[in-house]
Amino acid sequence: MSVEKSNFSTNNGDQVIDQSRDFLTVYIADQNFGIPILQIQDVLREQNVTRVPLAPPEVAGSLNLRGRIVTAINVRSRLGIPQTNDNGAAAHSSMSVVVEHDGELYSLIIDKVGDVLTLEDENFEPTPATLDPAWRDVASGIYRLKGKLLVILDVPKFIDSVNR
Amino acid sequence: MDDLIIEFLTETNESLDELDLDLVNLEQHPNDADLLGKIFRLVHTIKGTCGFLGLPRLEKVAHHGENVLGRFRDGDLEVTPEYVTLIFECMDRIKYIVAELEANGSEPQGDDSEIIAKLDAAYEGKSTSDIGTSEESAPADTAPADTAADAEKDKPVEQAVLAGTMSQEELDALEAAFANAPGPGEEAAAAPAEAPKAEAPKPTPTAAPAAPTEDAKSGGDKSVSQQSLRVSVDVLENLMTMVSELVLTRNQLMQIQRHSGSDGDSELATPLQRLNHVVSDLQEGVMKTRMQPIGNAWAKLPRIIRDLALELNKKIDLQMIGQETELDRQVLDLIKDPLTHMVRNSGDHGIEDPETRKAAGKPEMGTITLQAYHEGGHIIIKIADDGKGLAVDKIKAKVLQNGLASPEELEEMSINQINQFIFKAGFSTAEKVTSVSGRGVGMDVVRTNIEKIGGSIELTSKEGFGSTFTIKIPLTLAIVSALIVEAGGERFAIPQLAVRELVMTSNDNQVETIKGTPVFRLRDHLLPLVSLSDLLGLSNEDSLIEKLKSAPTSQDLDDAEHAEESNVISIEKNKKRHEYIVVTQVGAYDFGIIVDRVFDTEEIVVKPVAQILKDIELFSGNTILGDGTVIMILDPNGIAKRTGEIDSAETAATAAAALAHASSQDKTSLLLFAAGDTTPKAVPLSLVARLENVDVSKIERSGHKMVVQYRGQLMQLVPFSPSVQVGTEGEKPVLVFAYRDHSMGIIVDEIIDITEAHIDVQLEGENRGLLGSAIINDKATDIVDVGFYLQSTDQSWFKDHDDTPYASAQQSGASTDHKSAHTKGKQRILLVDDSPFFRNMLTPLLNVAGYDVTTLENPTEALKMCDQGAEFDVIISDIEMPGMDGFEFAQKVRENSNWQSTPMVALSSHATPQDIDRGMEVGFSKYVAKFDRDTLLATLSQTLSEQRQLMKEGA
Repeated sequence: MSVEKSNFSTNNGDQVIDQSRDFLTVYIADQNFGIPILQIQDVLREQNVTRVPLAPPEVAGSLNLRGRIVTAINVRSRLGIPQTNDNGAAAHSSMSVVVEHDGELYSLIIDKVGDVLTLEDENFEPTPATLDPAWRDVASGIYRLKGKLLVILDVPKFIDSVNR
Repeated sequence: MDDLIIEFLTETNESLDELDLDLVNLEQHPNDADLLGKIFRLVHTIKGTCGFLGLPRLEKVAHHGENVLGRFRDGDLEVTPEYVTLIFECMDRIKYIVAELEANGSEPQGDDSEIIAKLDAAYEGKSTSDIGTSEESAPADTAPADTAADAEKDKPVEQAVLAGTMSQEELDALEAAFANAPGPGEEAAAAPAEAPKAEAPKPTPTAAPAAPTEDAKSGGDKSVSQQSLRVSVDVLENLMTMVSELVLTRNQLMQIQRHSGSDGDSELATPLQRLNHVVSDLQEGVMKTRMQPIGNAWAKLPRIIRDLALELNKKIDLQMIGQETELDRQVLDLIKDPLTHMVRNSGDHGIEDPETRKAAGKPEMGTITLQAYHEGGHIIIKIADDGKGLAVDKIKAKVLQNGLASPEELEEMSINQINQFIFKAGFSTAEKVTSVSGRGVGMDVVRTNIEKIGGSIELTSKEGFGSTFTIKIPLTLAIVSALIVEAGGERFAIPQLAVRELVMTSNDNQVETIKGTPVFRLRDHLLPLVSLSDLLGLSNEDSLIEKLKSAPTSQDLDDAEHAEESNVISIEKNKKRHEYIVVTQVGAYDFGIIVDRVFDTEEIVVKPVAQILKDIELFSGNTILGDGTVIMILDPNGIAKRTGEIDSAETAATAAAALAHASSQDKTSLLLFAAGDTTPKAVPLSLVARLENVDVSKIERSGHKMVVQYRGQLMQLVPFSPSVQVGTEGEKPVLVFAYRDHSMGIIVDEIIDITEAHIDVQLEGENRGLLGSAIINDKATDIVDVGFYLQSTDQSWFKDHDDTPYASAQQSGASTDHKSAHTKGKQRILLVDDSPFFRNMLTPLLNVAGYDVTTLENPTEALKMCDQGAEFDVIISDIEMPGMDGFEFAQKVRENSNWQSTPMVALSSHATPQDIDRGMEVGFSKYVAKFDRDTLLATLSQTLSEQRQLMKEGA
C-alpha cells in the first residue's frame, strides 16, 4: 500500500489540503463513510470478540489479531445508528476495519466494505454545522460524490470520542 | 576481572567514543552550552567511577581534564582549538589507560605529570604553548611504552574517527600533531577539523569493525568490552513479546495436532515435537536475558550505609547474602528504590549509636542483613537489623495523634498490628528529620510499590532487638500463572498469586446472605463474598440464556453437561446450587469471588489494556489464551476496592483486629456429659483434670459423704445432681477436678463428647451449680458452675473459707446489683491469677455476670499492659503467685499512674486478718476468699458502684 501523498493531517481537523487522496468506503446502514486508507491496517471478517464487562457501550470487546489485542468498537453504537436495519432484522456486523491510534489497535465494526476511492480535493466540503453533533465530532469533512455524499471519518477523533 | 571493572570498561569505552564525537562538535560550536554540559558530565562520570573503583591514575587524569572542562562550562575559559586538542590528548591518555586496564586488569605504570601540568596550565587560562618546551620530550621520555601500547591497543576509536583508512604510522603522526600542536596556529586547528569531516557520515559502522581488527592484532584475546553487548531494553521487550506469541502459536499447533491425529502418528508429530523443544528453550533463553542478579540493585547500598554511618556516627555492618539471586529486570527496577529506602531506614532508625548499643549489651557494630533467595516462584528479600526495633509506644502515640485509630481500637491490637501502621502515608516516628529519613514519606510508598508488582511486605519487630522486613515478590511480571474462571458466560483470568484456595459449596455449607450480602462459612470464619457476574454487570440470566443457546449447537460433552446444569438451575431457581468460590487474598484481607466455573491454571503473558478500557479498575490487563481468545485479567486489588475495602493496610489492621477480637472470645473446649435429666451438660475441659471410671462398689461412705480411694488419697465424690443414680454395682464416669493437692470428683451418667464452642450464655442459671444455658452443637446445653461443686465439698479448698471475707457482709445487698452491669456497657475486669484452673473457672462466671474479662497469668504481663495503656474498671489479683506476688503487684500498680485509681480486689485462699490488713496497705480495695463466688460478684459490683460514685463526685 504505497501511497505517496501521506501528509494528511487528521489530528487537528486541518482541512486545508491539496490534490487527491485515497479512501476506503465502508457502509453502515444506508450511509457510506470514508476512512483514509493510510490509517487502515487490516480489514477483517467477523471475528470472535471477547466481551469486556463495564466497558463503554460502544466497546464491543477485544479480539486477537495475530497476537495483538485489538479493541473492537461498534461504529453503529457510537454514531447512534440503531442496531437493527430498517427492515427490523438485526444488523449483521460482518466486517471490521483495523486502525492504529496511539500505538494501540482498534477494530471498527461496520456492515461492509466498499471500494477504495481516489478523491479530488475540489470535491471536499467541511462538515455542515447543522449535522448531528455525534457525527460532526467525528467527521473531518464530506466529499461530494456522484449521487451520494461520503462522510470522512476522523479516526483519532472517533476513538477519542469513545474514550471520553 | 571484577564484574564492576568489566562494566566500567564497557561503559567507559562507550563514553569515550561519544566524547570524541562531542569534542569534535564542540570545536565547531564552541559556545554550545548543552554540548559542554554533556562532555563535562561524561568526563565527570568517568572520574567518579574511577575513584569508586580505585583507579588512581585514571582518576587523576580525568580529574584534571574535568577541571578544564568545568571552566569551559562555566564560561571562564574560551573554547579554542588549542584547548580542544589538549582535551583530546587527555582523552587519549584515558583511553590508553583504559585499554591497558582491559588487557592486564590493572592500571599501567607511568607518569602523567606532563599532561596534567598542561591541563592545569589550561585551567589557569594559560596557553598550552606556554609550557610547550617540555612537550616535545613529554611523550618520548615519560611514555615511550605508553605510546607503543597506545598505538597498538587503543586505536580502535581513533581509527573510527579517521574512518579506518589511515595506517598506524599516519595515526601516530597525527597524534604527534595533536600533541605537539604549537599554540593556536592554523595547522593545529586544521588537523582536528579534518577528523570530524572524515568520521561524521558514519561513525558507528566504522567503529564496530575497527575494534575486532584491533583485537585480532593484539593476539586474539577477546576484549572484555566485546564479551558483553549492550542491547536496549526495548529490543528485549520486543523479543519477549514475539517469543510469547510463538509460545501461544505453538500451543495452538499442539492442540490441533492432538485433536486431529488420533494416533499421533501424523507426519507433523516429529517436527512439532522439535518445535516444541526449541520454542521452550527460546522462551527460557529470552527470559534469561531479562534476568539480572539482585546484587545490581544492591551495588550502591554499601556506600550509602558507609556514608550514613559516618554522618550519624554509628557503626554499621551491611551483610549481603544471595546477591546472585536473579530476577526480572523490570521487577528489579521497581524494587530498587524501595530497597534502598528500607536499608537506609534500618540504618537511620534501626541501628542505635554505639553508646546506646553498648548500654543495651549489644556489640557496638550494628548489623543490617540483606538477604535474597528464591522460594516457589517468588523472590524473598529480607532486610533485618539488630537495632532498637520499632517503638510501639511512639507508634501508638502517633496513631492517636493522627486519629488513625481510637485508643480502644489500639488496645485490642497486638503489637504486630500496631507496627503495621508504619505503612500508612505520612507516618514517621523519627523524632527529628535527618537528611536520611524521617520525613514521613517512605514506608507507604514502599508498600505501594511492592504491592503494585504483586508483592507483599511483612514486618516483624521486637523492641530492643531489631526489626525484619520480608518482601515477597514474583520472579517476573511478564509471564504469570493465572486461574481461568468463568462468570456470566465469559472467561476471566485471576492471577494465581492472589488466589488462596478454591472452595465449592456443598449441600450443608451453602452461601448464606445477610440483607442480600452473600457470605460463606469457611472453616472458622465468615468469608465476605462477591459475585463476579454481579460485579461485572453480567447478570446470571444473561449467561443462562447464553448457556442454553450454546448448548444445542455444541457437541462438546462439557457443554452438554453445562446445559443440563443450567436447566437444573432454572428449575430450582439457584437453590442448592454448587457455587465455586475463589478465596482471594489482598494484603491481609480475604474475600471470596463467586464464579460459575473454574478451569485450569495457565501461564499467561500480561498485556496492558487499551487506553479506552484503562478506567475499569477491575482489570489489570488482558492476554491471549492458548486457544487464541482474548481474556481479561482481573485485578484482585481492584475487586477489593470495589467491595469497599479501600486501603489494604487498614484492612490488614482491622482484619487482624477482628481476628484478635474473635480470639478474645475464642472457642473453648468443652466436655459434654449427661447427668440426671436429658439436657446435655458442659464444663470447660481445661478445668477437668481427668476422667475416671469409678467402680461403684469401691465407693465408701463416710457420714453422708461419698469418698473413693484415689491415688493413695481419699477423694470426695459428689453426684452431679440428686437424680444421678449411683447404684451399687458397675462403673460410673467421674469428672476429676484437681487444684494444687486437692481433688474431688463429680459423678455423672455418661460422658458424651468433647467439642469446641464459643460459650455464649443466654439464660442465666436458676439452679445452683449451673452458670446458665448456651447453645452448643445446636442443642441447649447447661454450663456447669464447677465452683459450686468445689464449694460443696467440705474438704476445704480454701482453708480460710470460713473466715468472713472482708466484703461478704455486703453480699445480700449487692447480689441484685451485679445484674445492672448487663444493661450498661460491659465493665472490664482484669483477672491476674497464675493458676489456669482458676482463670478458666472464674472467666465464665464473670462473663455470665456481664463483665468483660481479660485474664493474665502473671503480674508482669499485667504491668506491661498497663504501660501499653490498657484500661480496666476493676483488677482482680491472686495473692500467691510465683515471681511477683499480689502484694507487690498492687504496690507497683499504685505507683504507676495509669491504673492508680483502678480498684483492685485481692483473691486469696489466705484471708487472715493480717493478710487483709497487708492487702489494704498495699492498695487493694477489697479482699475476697478464693472461691467465694457470690462474695466476689457482690464485691465487684459494689466496688464498681463505689467507683462510679467517686467519679461523679470527682466530676
